[in-house]
Amino acid sequence: MELTAATTIRKPPSEVYRFWRSWENLPTFMAHLEEVRTTGDRTSHWVAGAPFGKDVEWDAEIVDEAPGEKIAWRSTSDADVPNAGTVRFVPAPDGVSTEVQVVLTYDIPGGAVGKAVAKYFGEEPHQQLDDDLRRLKQVLETGEVVRSDGAPWGKRARKEFPQRPAQPLSDSELAKGADQ
Amino acid sequence: MRANTWAGRNKVEVRDVPDPKILNKRDAIVRITSTAICGSDLHLVDGYVPTMQNGDVMGHEFMGEVVEVGSGVPGDKLRVGDRVVVPFPIACGACAACAAELYSCCENSNPNAGIAEKMFGHPVAGIFGYSHLTGGFAGGQAQYARVPFADVGPLKIESDLTDEQVLFLSDILPTGYMGAEMCDIQPSDVVAVWGAGPVGQFAMDSARVLGAAKVIAIDKEPYRLQMAERAGHTPVNFEEVDVRSRLLELTGGRGPDKCIDAVGMEASHGAAHIHAYDRIKQAVRSETERPHALRQAIMSCRSGGVVSVIGVYGGFLDKFPAGAWMNRSLTLRTGQCHVQRYMRPLLQRIESGEIDPTRIITHTLPLDEAERGFEIFKNKQDNCEKVVLKP
Repeated sequence: MELTAATTIRKPPSEVYRFWRSWENLPTFMAHLEEVRTTGDRTSHWVAGAPFGKDVEWDAEIVDEAPGEKIAWRSTSDADVPNAGTVRFVPAPDGVSTEVQVVLTYDIPGGAVGKAVAKYFGEEPHQQLDDDLRRLKQVLETGEVVRSDGAPWGKRARKEFPQRPAQPLSDSELAKGADQ
Repeated sequence: MRANTWAGRNKVEVRDVPDPKILNKRDAIVRITSTAICGSDLHLVDGYVPTMQNGDVMGHEFMGEVVEVGSGVPGDKLRVGDRVVVPFPIACGACAACAAELYSCCENSNPNAGIAEKMFGHPVAGIFGYSHLTGGFAGGQAQYARVPFADVGPLKIESDLTDEQVLFLSDILPTGYMGAEMCDIQPSDVVAVWGAGPVGQFAMDSARVLGAAKVIAIDKEPYRLQMAERAGHTPVNFEEVDVRSRLLELTGGRGPDKCIDAVGMEASHGAAHIHAYDRIKQAVRSETERPHALRQAIMSCRSGGVVSVIGVYGGFLDKFPAGAWMNRSLTLRTGQCHVQRYMRPLLQRIESGEIDPTRIITHTLPLDEAERGFEIFKNKQDNCEKVVLKP
Protein backbone atom coordinates (compact mmCIF):
# COMPACT_ATOMS: atom_id res chain seq x y z
CA MET A 1 0.00 0.00 0.00
CA GLU A 2 1.35 3.41 -0.94
CA LEU A 3 0.15 6.60 0.75
CA THR A 4 1.00 10.11 -0.34
CA ALA A 5 0.12 13.38 1.33
CA ALA A 6 1.37 16.94 1.43
CA THR A 7 1.02 20.00 3.59
CA THR A 8 2.48 23.49 3.57
CA ILE A 9 4.07 24.74 6.77
CA ARG A 10 4.98 28.36 7.39
CA LYS A 11 8.53 27.58 8.48
CA PRO A 12 11.72 27.33 6.39
CA PRO A 13 12.73 23.92 4.92
CA SER A 14 15.80 23.71 7.17
CA GLU A 15 13.65 23.90 10.31
CA VAL A 16 11.03 21.40 9.15
CA TYR A 17 13.79 19.03 8.04
CA ARG A 18 15.57 19.29 11.43
CA PHE A 19 12.30 18.52 13.26
CA TRP A 20 11.60 15.43 11.15
CA ARG A 21 15.22 14.24 11.23
CA SER A 22 14.99 14.12 15.05
CA TRP A 23 13.11 10.81 14.86
CA GLU A 24 11.98 11.19 18.48
CA ASN A 25 9.56 13.91 17.30
CA LEU A 26 7.57 11.65 14.97
CA PRO A 27 5.23 10.22 17.67
CA THR A 28 4.08 13.75 18.59
CA PHE A 29 2.10 13.87 15.36
CA MET A 30 1.97 10.37 13.85
CA ALA A 31 -0.96 8.53 15.39
CA HIS A 32 0.32 4.97 14.90
CA LEU A 33 3.68 5.55 16.61
CA GLU A 34 4.40 5.16 20.30
CA GLU A 35 8.13 5.81 20.22
CA VAL A 36 10.99 6.28 17.79
CA ARG A 37 14.60 6.17 19.05
CA THR A 38 17.76 7.13 17.24
CA THR A 39 20.15 4.20 17.45
CA GLY A 40 22.95 5.31 15.13
CA ASP A 41 23.94 7.78 12.43
CA ARG A 42 21.50 6.31 9.95
CA THR A 43 19.57 3.83 12.08
CA SER A 44 16.55 4.10 14.36
CA HIS A 45 14.18 1.85 16.32
CA TRP A 46 10.40 2.30 15.90
CA VAL A 47 7.62 1.17 18.28
CA ALA A 48 4.05 1.19 17.01
CA GLY A 49 1.20 2.37 19.20
CA ALA A 50 -2.05 0.60 20.03
CA PRO A 51 -3.87 1.47 16.80
CA PHE A 52 -1.25 -0.46 14.83
CA GLY A 53 -1.53 -3.58 16.99
CA LYS A 54 0.47 -4.27 20.13
CA ASP A 55 4.16 -5.13 20.32
CA VAL A 56 4.98 -4.20 16.76
CA GLU A 57 8.54 -2.90 16.64
CA TRP A 58 11.10 -2.59 13.92
CA ASP A 59 14.45 -1.09 13.03
CA ALA A 60 14.83 1.34 10.19
CA GLU A 61 17.74 2.82 8.27
CA ILE A 62 18.15 5.91 6.18
CA VAL A 63 18.76 4.97 2.58
CA ASP A 64 19.01 8.43 1.06
CA GLU A 65 19.34 11.88 2.54
CA ALA A 66 19.96 15.44 1.39
CA PRO A 67 20.03 17.75 4.44
CA GLY A 68 17.25 20.33 4.33
CA GLU A 69 15.70 18.69 1.26
CA LYS A 70 14.92 15.01 1.61
CA ILE A 71 15.01 11.95 3.88
CA ALA A 72 14.29 8.41 2.66
CA TRP A 73 14.21 5.42 5.01
CA ARG A 74 13.10 1.80 5.10
CA SER A 75 12.57 -0.88 7.68
CA THR A 76 15.30 -3.50 7.89
CA SER A 77 14.79 -7.14 6.99
CA ASP A 78 13.00 -8.59 10.02
CA ALA A 79 10.12 -6.05 10.36
CA ASP A 80 6.61 -7.46 11.00
CA VAL A 81 5.21 -4.83 8.67
CA PRO A 82 7.90 -3.99 6.13
CA ASN A 83 7.65 -0.29 5.34
CA ALA A 84 9.49 2.60 3.78
CA GLY A 85 9.10 6.33 3.58
CA THR A 86 10.33 9.40 1.77
CA VAL A 87 9.76 12.99 2.84
CA ARG A 88 10.77 15.98 0.75
CA PHE A 89 11.02 19.55 2.03
CA VAL A 90 10.42 21.87 -0.90
CA PRO A 91 10.50 25.68 -0.63
CA ALA A 92 6.97 27.01 -1.29
CA PRO A 93 6.37 29.77 -3.85
CA ASP A 94 5.59 32.28 -1.05
CA GLY A 95 9.28 32.31 -0.10
CA VAL A 96 8.67 31.61 3.60
CA SER A 97 6.93 28.23 3.75
CA THR A 98 7.85 24.61 3.11
CA GLU A 99 5.88 22.07 1.12
CA VAL A 100 6.20 18.77 2.97
CA GLN A 101 5.64 15.88 0.55
CA VAL A 102 5.41 12.42 2.09
CA VAL A 103 5.25 8.97 0.52
CA LEU A 104 4.84 5.94 2.81
CA THR A 105 4.67 2.36 1.63
CA TYR A 106 3.53 -0.59 3.72
CA ASP A 107 3.83 -4.24 2.84
CA ILE A 108 0.83 -5.49 4.81
CA PRO A 109 1.27 -9.10 5.94
CA GLY A 110 -1.38 -11.73 6.69
CA GLY A 111 -2.36 -12.71 10.24
CA ALA A 112 -3.31 -10.64 13.29
CA VAL A 113 -0.78 -7.86 12.68
CA GLY A 114 -1.90 -7.40 9.10
CA LYS A 115 -5.52 -7.30 10.24
CA ALA A 116 -4.80 -4.61 12.87
CA VAL A 117 -2.89 -2.50 10.35
CA ALA A 118 -5.63 -2.86 7.73
CA LYS A 119 -8.23 -1.88 10.32
CA TYR A 120 -6.18 1.14 11.32
CA PHE A 121 -6.07 2.45 7.78
CA GLY A 122 -9.72 1.57 7.21
CA GLU A 123 -11.61 2.58 4.11
CA GLU A 124 -9.75 5.82 3.62
CA PRO A 125 -6.09 5.05 4.27
CA HIS A 126 -4.84 8.47 3.15
CA GLN A 127 -6.95 10.15 5.86
CA GLN A 128 -4.55 8.92 8.57
CA LEU A 129 -1.54 10.44 6.88
CA ASP A 130 -3.46 13.66 6.11
CA ASP A 131 -4.31 13.95 9.81
CA ASP A 132 -0.70 13.18 10.79
CA LEU A 133 0.50 16.05 8.60
CA ARG A 134 -2.18 18.40 9.98
CA ARG A 135 -0.79 17.70 13.46
CA LEU A 136 2.78 18.20 12.24
CA LYS A 137 1.69 21.63 10.96
CA GLN A 138 -0.01 22.44 14.29
CA VAL A 139 3.09 21.44 16.28
CA LEU A 140 5.51 23.43 14.11
CA GLU A 141 3.33 26.53 13.65
CA THR A 142 1.60 26.74 17.05
CA GLY A 143 3.77 24.63 19.36
CA GLU A 144 1.28 21.87 20.15
CA VAL A 145 -1.44 19.58 18.85
CA VAL A 146 -4.65 21.60 19.16
CA ARG A 147 -7.33 20.16 21.45
CA SER A 148 -11.04 20.94 21.76
CA ASP A 149 -13.65 19.74 24.22
CA GLY A 150 -15.24 17.56 21.54
CA ALA A 151 -11.84 16.23 20.36
CA PRO A 152 -9.63 16.55 23.43
CA TRP A 153 -7.35 13.57 22.93
CA GLY A 154 -4.86 15.00 20.48
CA LYS A 155 -3.51 12.30 18.20
CA ARG A 156 -5.45 9.67 20.13
CA ALA A 157 -8.69 11.15 18.75
CA ARG A 158 -9.45 8.39 16.29
CA LYS A 159 -13.16 8.79 15.90
CA GLU A 160 -14.28 11.77 13.90
CA PHE A 161 -17.99 11.80 14.70
CA PRO A 162 -19.88 11.29 16.92
CA GLN A 163 -17.34 12.55 19.42
CA ARG A 164 -17.43 13.61 23.03
CA PRO A 165 -19.92 16.51 23.45
CA ALA A 166 -18.40 19.98 23.13
CA GLN A 167 -18.52 20.40 26.88
CA PRO A 168 -15.66 20.89 29.36
CA LEU A 169 -13.89 17.74 30.55
CA SER A 170 -14.49 16.28 34.01
CA ASP A 171 -11.45 15.90 36.30
CA SER A 172 -11.20 12.17 35.58
CA GLU A 173 -11.33 12.72 31.82
CA LEU A 174 -8.71 15.43 32.10
CA ALA A 175 -6.44 13.06 34.05
CA LYS A 176 -6.21 10.80 30.98
CA GLY A 177 -4.03 13.44 29.32
CA ALA A 178 -3.74 14.10 25.61
CA ASP A 179 -0.97 12.26 23.88
CA GLN A 180 0.94 9.00 24.29
CA MET B 1 -20.93 25.67 36.12
CA ARG B 2 -24.21 26.44 34.33
CA ALA B 3 -24.21 26.34 30.53
CA ASN B 4 -26.75 26.45 27.74
CA THR B 5 -26.52 23.25 25.71
CA TRP B 6 -27.89 21.78 22.50
CA ALA B 7 -30.41 19.11 23.47
CA GLY B 8 -31.56 17.87 20.08
CA ARG B 9 -33.38 19.55 17.25
CA ASN B 10 -35.43 22.58 18.36
CA LYS B 11 -34.32 22.19 21.97
CA VAL B 12 -31.77 23.89 24.19
CA GLU B 13 -31.32 23.19 27.88
CA VAL B 14 -29.38 24.97 30.62
CA ARG B 15 -27.48 22.28 32.53
CA ASP B 16 -24.71 21.80 35.07
CA VAL B 17 -21.47 20.88 33.30
CA PRO B 18 -17.82 20.68 34.48
CA ASP B 19 -15.86 23.95 34.64
CA PRO B 20 -13.48 24.40 31.70
CA LYS B 21 -9.79 23.68 32.15
CA ILE B 22 -6.61 24.63 30.35
CA LEU B 23 -5.99 22.01 27.63
CA ASN B 24 -3.31 23.77 25.57
CA LYS B 25 -0.53 26.07 26.80
CA ARG B 26 -1.89 29.10 24.97
CA ASP B 27 -5.40 28.76 26.50
CA ALA B 28 -7.06 31.16 28.90
CA ILE B 29 -10.18 30.66 31.00
CA VAL B 30 -12.64 33.55 30.94
CA ARG B 31 -15.38 34.19 33.52
CA ILE B 32 -18.21 35.34 31.31
CA THR B 33 -20.02 38.56 32.23
CA SER B 34 -22.17 38.92 29.10
CA THR B 35 -23.03 36.62 26.23
CA ALA B 36 -25.60 36.68 23.45
CA ILE B 37 -27.80 34.55 21.24
CA CYS B 38 -26.88 34.85 17.56
CA GLY B 39 -29.08 34.26 14.53
CA SER B 40 -26.65 31.55 13.48
CA ASP B 41 -27.37 29.73 16.77
CA LEU B 42 -30.88 29.29 15.39
CA HIS B 43 -29.50 27.39 12.37
CA LEU B 44 -27.87 24.97 14.84
CA VAL B 45 -30.99 24.58 16.96
CA ASP B 46 -33.22 24.21 13.92
CA GLY B 47 -31.03 21.29 12.87
CA TYR B 48 -29.61 22.68 9.62
CA VAL B 49 -25.96 22.43 10.59
CA PRO B 50 -24.71 18.84 10.77
CA THR B 51 -22.50 17.43 13.54
CA MET B 52 -24.22 18.92 16.57
CA GLN B 53 -24.31 16.61 19.60
CA ASN B 54 -26.54 16.43 22.64
CA GLY B 55 -24.75 18.33 25.40
CA ASP B 56 -22.71 20.68 23.20
CA VAL B 57 -22.31 24.02 24.99
CA MET B 58 -23.61 26.73 22.66
CA GLY B 59 -22.69 30.36 22.14
CA HIS B 60 -19.97 32.24 20.25
CA GLU B 61 -20.60 35.86 21.31
CA PHE B 62 -19.15 36.44 24.76
CA MET B 63 -16.91 38.58 26.93
CA GLY B 64 -15.69 38.61 30.48
CA GLU B 65 -12.73 38.55 32.82
CA VAL B 66 -9.62 36.40 32.41
CA VAL B 67 -9.34 34.13 35.48
CA GLU B 68 -6.54 31.78 34.35
CA VAL B 69 -3.91 31.75 31.62
CA GLY B 70 -1.85 28.85 30.30
CA SER B 71 1.96 28.78 30.51
CA GLY B 72 2.26 29.70 26.81
CA VAL B 73 0.41 33.03 27.04
CA PRO B 74 2.95 35.88 27.32
CA GLY B 75 2.17 38.32 30.15
CA ASP B 76 2.36 41.31 27.80
CA LYS B 77 -0.50 39.80 25.78
CA LEU B 78 -2.97 38.75 28.44
CA ARG B 79 -3.08 38.54 32.22
CA VAL B 80 -5.48 37.33 34.89
CA GLY B 81 -7.92 40.17 35.61
CA ASP B 82 -7.98 41.54 32.05
CA ARG B 83 -11.43 42.40 30.70
CA VAL B 84 -11.77 40.92 27.22
CA VAL B 85 -14.12 40.47 24.28
CA VAL B 86 -13.52 37.11 22.58
CA PRO B 87 -13.80 36.84 18.76
CA PHE B 88 -15.88 33.88 17.56
CA PRO B 89 -13.33 32.39 15.10
CA ILE B 90 -10.47 30.66 16.89
CA ALA B 91 -7.23 31.58 15.13
CA CYS B 92 -3.60 30.56 15.76
CA GLY B 93 -1.99 33.71 14.41
CA ALA B 94 0.84 31.72 12.79
CA CYS B 95 -0.47 29.96 9.66
CA ALA B 96 -0.66 31.41 6.16
CA ALA B 97 -4.39 32.23 6.53
CA CYS B 98 -3.77 34.17 9.77
CA ALA B 99 -0.77 35.91 8.19
CA ALA B 100 -3.17 37.08 5.45
CA GLU B 101 -5.68 38.17 8.15
CA LEU B 102 -8.13 35.48 7.00
CA TYR B 103 -8.70 34.42 10.60
CA SER B 104 -11.94 32.47 10.03
CA CYS B 105 -9.96 30.24 7.66
CA CYS B 106 -7.19 29.52 10.22
CA GLU B 107 -5.43 26.32 9.18
CA ASN B 108 -4.61 25.08 12.67
CA SER B 109 -7.47 25.83 15.08
CA ASN B 110 -9.91 23.12 14.01
CA PRO B 111 -9.10 19.68 15.45
CA ASN B 112 -11.89 18.29 13.24
CA ALA B 113 -10.39 19.71 10.04
CA GLY B 114 -10.92 16.30 8.42
CA ILE B 115 -14.71 16.60 8.79
CA ALA B 116 -14.76 20.21 7.56
CA GLU B 117 -12.61 19.29 4.60
CA LYS B 118 -15.11 16.66 3.46
CA MET B 119 -17.97 19.16 3.71
CA PHE B 120 -16.25 22.27 2.34
CA GLY B 121 -13.34 21.02 0.23
CA HIS B 122 -10.82 22.65 2.54
CA PRO B 123 -10.98 23.03 6.33
CA VAL B 124 -12.18 26.13 8.19
CA ALA B 125 -11.21 27.58 11.56
CA GLY B 126 -12.52 26.38 14.88
CA ILE B 127 -15.51 28.34 16.22
CA PHE B 128 -16.85 28.38 19.78
CA GLY B 129 -20.10 26.47 20.34
CA TYR B 130 -20.75 25.93 16.67
CA SER B 131 -20.91 22.20 15.87
CA HIS B 132 -18.14 19.61 15.60
CA LEU B 133 -17.58 20.61 11.99
CA THR B 134 -15.88 23.72 13.38
CA GLY B 135 -13.90 21.89 16.03
CA GLY B 136 -16.24 20.80 18.80
CA PHE B 137 -15.29 23.72 21.06
CA ALA B 138 -17.55 24.39 24.05
CA GLY B 139 -19.23 27.76 23.63
CA GLY B 140 -19.78 30.90 25.64
CA GLN B 141 -23.41 30.72 26.75
CA ALA B 142 -22.01 29.63 30.08
CA GLN B 143 -20.43 30.95 33.24
CA TYR B 144 -16.89 30.18 32.02
CA ALA B 145 -15.21 29.38 28.72
CA ARG B 146 -11.86 28.03 27.64
CA VAL B 147 -10.32 30.34 25.02
CA PRO B 148 -7.57 28.74 22.86
CA PHE B 149 -4.83 30.93 21.36
CA ALA B 150 -5.65 33.53 24.00
CA ASP B 151 -2.54 35.50 22.99
CA VAL B 152 -4.06 36.08 19.53
CA GLY B 153 -7.83 36.59 19.72
CA PRO B 154 -9.18 38.34 22.82
CA LEU B 155 -9.45 42.13 22.68
CA LYS B 156 -8.65 43.88 25.96
CA ILE B 157 -11.15 46.57 26.97
CA GLU B 158 -9.27 49.16 28.99
CA SER B 159 -11.84 51.97 28.97
CA ASP B 160 -15.06 52.17 30.98
CA LEU B 161 -17.36 51.20 28.09
CA THR B 162 -20.21 48.94 29.24
CA ASP B 163 -20.45 45.25 28.29
CA GLU B 164 -23.41 46.11 26.06
CA GLN B 165 -21.30 48.63 24.11
CA VAL B 166 -18.48 46.19 23.32
CA LEU B 167 -20.00 42.68 23.47
CA PHE B 168 -20.97 42.64 19.80
CA LEU B 169 -17.34 43.13 18.74
CA SER B 170 -17.23 39.34 19.23
CA ASP B 171 -19.21 38.70 16.05
CA ILE B 172 -22.17 40.62 14.70
CA LEU B 173 -20.73 44.12 14.52
CA PRO B 174 -17.58 43.02 12.64
CA THR B 175 -19.71 40.64 10.54
CA GLY B 176 -22.05 43.44 9.50
CA TYR B 177 -19.08 45.73 8.92
CA MET B 178 -17.27 43.18 6.74
CA GLY B 179 -20.48 42.77 4.72
CA ALA B 180 -20.37 46.50 3.95
CA GLU B 181 -16.60 46.63 3.49
CA MET B 182 -16.73 43.86 0.86
CA CYS B 183 -19.08 46.16 -1.13
CA ASP B 184 -16.26 48.66 -1.75
CA ILE B 185 -18.78 51.47 -1.14
CA GLN B 186 -18.59 54.68 -3.21
CA PRO B 187 -20.31 57.96 -2.23
CA SER B 188 -22.95 57.51 -4.97
CA ASP B 189 -23.88 53.98 -3.93
CA VAL B 190 -27.32 52.76 -2.91
CA VAL B 191 -26.84 49.73 -0.69
CA ALA B 192 -29.67 47.25 -0.11
CA VAL B 193 -29.50 44.91 2.86
CA TRP B 194 -31.61 41.74 2.99
CA GLY B 195 -32.47 40.98 6.62
CA ALA B 196 -33.02 43.55 9.37
CA GLY B 197 -31.89 41.23 12.13
CA PRO B 198 -28.88 42.18 14.28
CA VAL B 199 -26.25 41.54 11.59
CA GLY B 200 -28.34 43.31 8.94
CA GLN B 201 -28.76 46.37 11.20
CA PHE B 202 -24.98 46.55 11.69
CA ALA B 203 -24.37 46.07 7.96
CA MET B 204 -26.69 49.05 7.36
CA ASP B 205 -24.94 51.22 9.97
CA SER B 206 -21.56 50.22 8.51
CA ALA B 207 -22.67 51.04 4.96
CA ARG B 208 -23.66 54.51 6.21
CA VAL B 209 -20.36 54.95 8.07
CA LEU B 210 -18.49 53.91 4.90
CA GLY B 211 -20.27 56.66 2.97
CA ALA B 212 -23.22 55.11 1.09
CA ALA B 213 -25.70 57.61 -0.37
CA LYS B 214 -28.72 55.56 0.68
CA VAL B 215 -29.23 52.35 2.65
CA ILE B 216 -32.31 50.15 2.15
CA ALA B 217 -33.53 47.57 4.68
CA ILE B 218 -35.52 44.55 3.40
CA ASP B 219 -37.43 42.39 5.88
CA LYS B 220 -40.99 41.36 6.74
CA GLU B 221 -41.11 42.19 10.46
CA PRO B 222 -42.52 45.70 10.91
CA TYR B 223 -40.66 46.21 14.22
CA ARG B 224 -37.33 45.33 12.64
CA LEU B 225 -37.98 47.66 9.72
CA GLN B 226 -38.98 50.41 12.15
CA MET B 227 -35.72 49.88 14.02
CA ALA B 228 -33.82 50.33 10.75
CA GLU B 229 -35.89 53.38 9.86
CA ARG B 230 -35.17 54.99 13.23
CA ALA B 231 -31.46 54.57 12.43
CA GLY B 232 -31.99 56.46 9.16
CA HIS B 233 -32.36 53.58 6.68
CA THR B 234 -35.17 53.12 4.10
CA PRO B 235 -37.52 50.19 4.86
CA VAL B 236 -38.96 47.76 2.30
CA ASN B 237 -41.42 45.13 3.54
CA PHE B 238 -41.28 42.10 1.22
CA GLU B 239 -44.67 40.90 2.39
CA GLU B 240 -46.28 44.16 1.30
CA VAL B 241 -44.48 45.07 -1.92
CA ASP B 242 -42.64 43.36 -4.77
CA VAL B 243 -39.02 43.83 -3.74
CA ARG B 244 -37.49 44.16 -7.21
CA SER B 245 -40.09 46.75 -8.31
CA ARG B 246 -39.70 48.73 -5.11
CA LEU B 247 -35.90 48.68 -5.39
CA LEU B 248 -36.19 49.97 -8.99
CA GLU B 249 -38.43 52.80 -7.76
CA LEU B 250 -35.96 53.70 -5.04
CA THR B 251 -32.98 53.72 -7.43
CA GLY B 252 -34.33 55.45 -10.52
CA GLY B 253 -34.64 52.12 -12.31
CA ARG B 254 -30.96 51.14 -11.84
CA GLY B 255 -31.22 48.65 -9.00
CA PRO B 256 -29.05 48.89 -5.89
CA ASP B 257 -25.33 49.26 -6.63
CA LYS B 258 -24.41 46.96 -3.76
CA CYS B 259 -26.49 44.21 -2.18
CA ILE B 260 -25.86 42.49 1.14
CA ASP B 261 -27.40 39.11 2.06
CA ALA B 262 -27.67 39.14 5.87
CA VAL B 263 -30.19 36.30 5.92
CA GLY B 264 -28.56 33.04 4.86
CA MET B 265 -29.85 29.53 4.73
CA GLU B 266 -33.25 29.86 6.36
CA ALA B 267 -34.82 32.67 4.39
CA SER B 268 -38.54 33.29 4.10
CA HIS B 269 -40.06 34.13 0.76
CA GLY B 270 -43.06 36.33 0.03
CA ALA B 271 -44.33 33.83 -2.58
CA ALA B 272 -45.66 30.75 -0.80
CA HIS B 273 -44.98 28.30 -3.63
CA ILE B 274 -41.30 29.23 -3.87
CA HIS B 275 -40.90 29.01 -0.11
CA ALA B 276 -42.59 25.58 -0.15
CA TYR B 277 -40.27 24.35 -2.93
CA ASP B 278 -37.11 25.04 -0.94
CA ARG B 279 -38.62 24.12 2.42
CA ILE B 280 -39.52 20.65 1.10
CA LYS B 281 -36.14 20.13 -0.59
CA GLN B 282 -34.51 21.13 2.72
CA ALA B 283 -36.74 18.75 4.69
CA VAL B 284 -35.80 15.78 2.53
CA ARG B 285 -32.17 16.93 2.59
CA SER B 286 -31.86 17.35 -1.17
CA GLU B 287 -30.65 20.88 -0.56
CA THR B 288 -29.47 22.33 2.72
CA GLU B 289 -30.38 25.98 2.09
CA ARG B 290 -33.39 28.18 1.37
CA PRO B 291 -31.53 30.84 -0.55
CA HIS B 292 -34.32 33.28 -1.43
CA ALA B 293 -32.49 36.34 -0.19
CA LEU B 294 -29.37 35.48 -2.16
CA ARG B 295 -31.36 34.81 -5.35
CA GLN B 296 -33.28 38.06 -4.99
CA ALA B 297 -30.12 40.05 -4.23
CA ILE B 298 -28.48 38.73 -7.40
CA MET B 299 -31.56 39.45 -9.54
CA SER B 300 -31.96 42.95 -8.05
CA CYS B 301 -28.37 44.20 -8.10
CA ARG B 302 -27.47 46.62 -10.88
CA SER B 303 -25.15 45.32 -13.60
CA GLY B 304 -21.54 45.45 -12.51
CA GLY B 305 -22.57 45.63 -8.85
CA VAL B 306 -21.42 43.66 -5.83
CA VAL B 307 -23.43 41.03 -3.93
CA SER B 308 -21.89 40.55 -0.49
CA VAL B 309 -22.94 37.49 1.49
CA ILE B 310 -22.63 37.42 5.29
CA GLY B 311 -25.75 35.34 6.00
CA VAL B 312 -24.64 31.82 6.86
CA TYR B 313 -24.75 28.96 4.37
CA GLY B 314 -23.75 25.45 5.36
CA GLY B 315 -24.02 23.16 2.40
CA PHE B 316 -25.62 23.13 -1.02
CA LEU B 317 -28.35 25.10 -2.73
CA ASP B 318 -30.06 24.95 -6.07
CA LYS B 319 -31.72 27.37 -8.48
CA PHE B 320 -28.72 29.66 -8.19
CA PRO B 321 -29.21 32.46 -10.75
CA ALA B 322 -25.89 31.92 -12.45
CA GLY B 323 -27.10 33.56 -15.65
CA ALA B 324 -27.81 36.89 -13.96
CA TRP B 325 -24.55 36.69 -12.07
CA MET B 326 -22.42 35.94 -15.11
CA ASN B 327 -24.11 37.96 -17.86
CA ARG B 328 -24.44 41.12 -15.76
CA SER B 329 -20.86 41.19 -14.48
CA LEU B 330 -21.80 40.84 -10.82
CA THR B 331 -19.14 40.29 -8.20
CA LEU B 332 -20.01 37.85 -5.45
CA ARG B 333 -18.02 38.28 -2.24
CA THR B 334 -18.40 36.42 1.02
CA GLY B 335 -16.81 34.94 4.12
CA GLN B 336 -17.27 34.08 7.75
CA CYS B 337 -16.08 37.27 9.39
CA HIS B 338 -12.37 37.65 10.08
CA VAL B 339 -13.30 39.26 13.39
CA GLN B 340 -9.75 39.78 14.70
CA ARG B 341 -9.12 42.11 11.73
CA TYR B 342 -11.95 44.49 12.68
CA MET B 343 -12.09 44.55 16.49
CA ARG B 344 -9.70 47.43 17.14
CA PRO B 345 -10.91 49.80 14.40
CA LEU B 346 -14.53 49.15 15.36
CA LEU B 347 -13.78 49.69 19.05
CA GLN B 348 -12.51 53.12 18.02
CA ARG B 349 -15.72 53.81 16.10
CA ILE B 350 -17.73 52.84 19.20
CA GLU B 351 -15.57 55.07 21.41
CA SER B 352 -16.00 57.99 19.02
CA GLY B 353 -19.80 57.48 18.93
CA GLU B 354 -19.94 56.75 15.18
CA ILE B 355 -21.62 53.39 15.82
CA ASP B 356 -23.93 52.58 18.77
CA PRO B 357 -24.15 48.79 19.04
CA THR B 358 -26.59 48.97 21.97
CA ARG B 359 -29.42 50.15 19.74
CA ILE B 360 -30.36 46.59 18.78
CA ILE B 361 -30.65 45.10 22.30
CA THR B 362 -34.29 44.40 23.13
CA HIS B 363 -33.95 41.71 25.80
CA THR B 364 -31.57 41.01 28.68
CA LEU B 365 -32.15 37.72 30.49
CA PRO B 366 -30.33 35.61 33.06
CA LEU B 367 -28.41 32.68 31.51
CA ASP B 368 -30.82 30.25 33.18
CA GLU B 369 -33.56 31.65 30.93
CA ALA B 370 -31.65 30.92 27.71
CA GLU B 371 -34.37 28.55 26.56
CA ARG B 372 -36.94 31.35 26.72
CA GLY B 373 -34.49 33.67 24.99
CA PHE B 374 -34.15 31.25 22.06
CA GLU B 375 -37.92 30.89 21.89
CA ILE B 376 -38.72 34.60 21.66
CA PHE B 377 -35.78 35.32 19.34
CA LYS B 378 -36.64 32.50 16.95
CA ASN B 379 -40.36 33.27 16.86
CA LYS B 380 -39.81 37.04 16.81
CA GLN B 381 -42.08 37.44 19.82
CA ASP B 382 -42.22 40.57 21.93
CA ASN B 383 -40.46 42.54 19.16
CA CYS B 384 -37.27 40.61 19.88
CA GLU B 385 -34.18 41.78 17.99
CA LYS B 386 -31.25 40.76 20.19
CA VAL B 387 -31.04 38.80 23.43
CA VAL B 388 -28.15 39.37 25.85
CA LEU B 389 -27.68 36.71 28.52
CA LYS B 390 -26.13 37.35 31.94
CA PRO B 391 -24.47 34.29 33.52
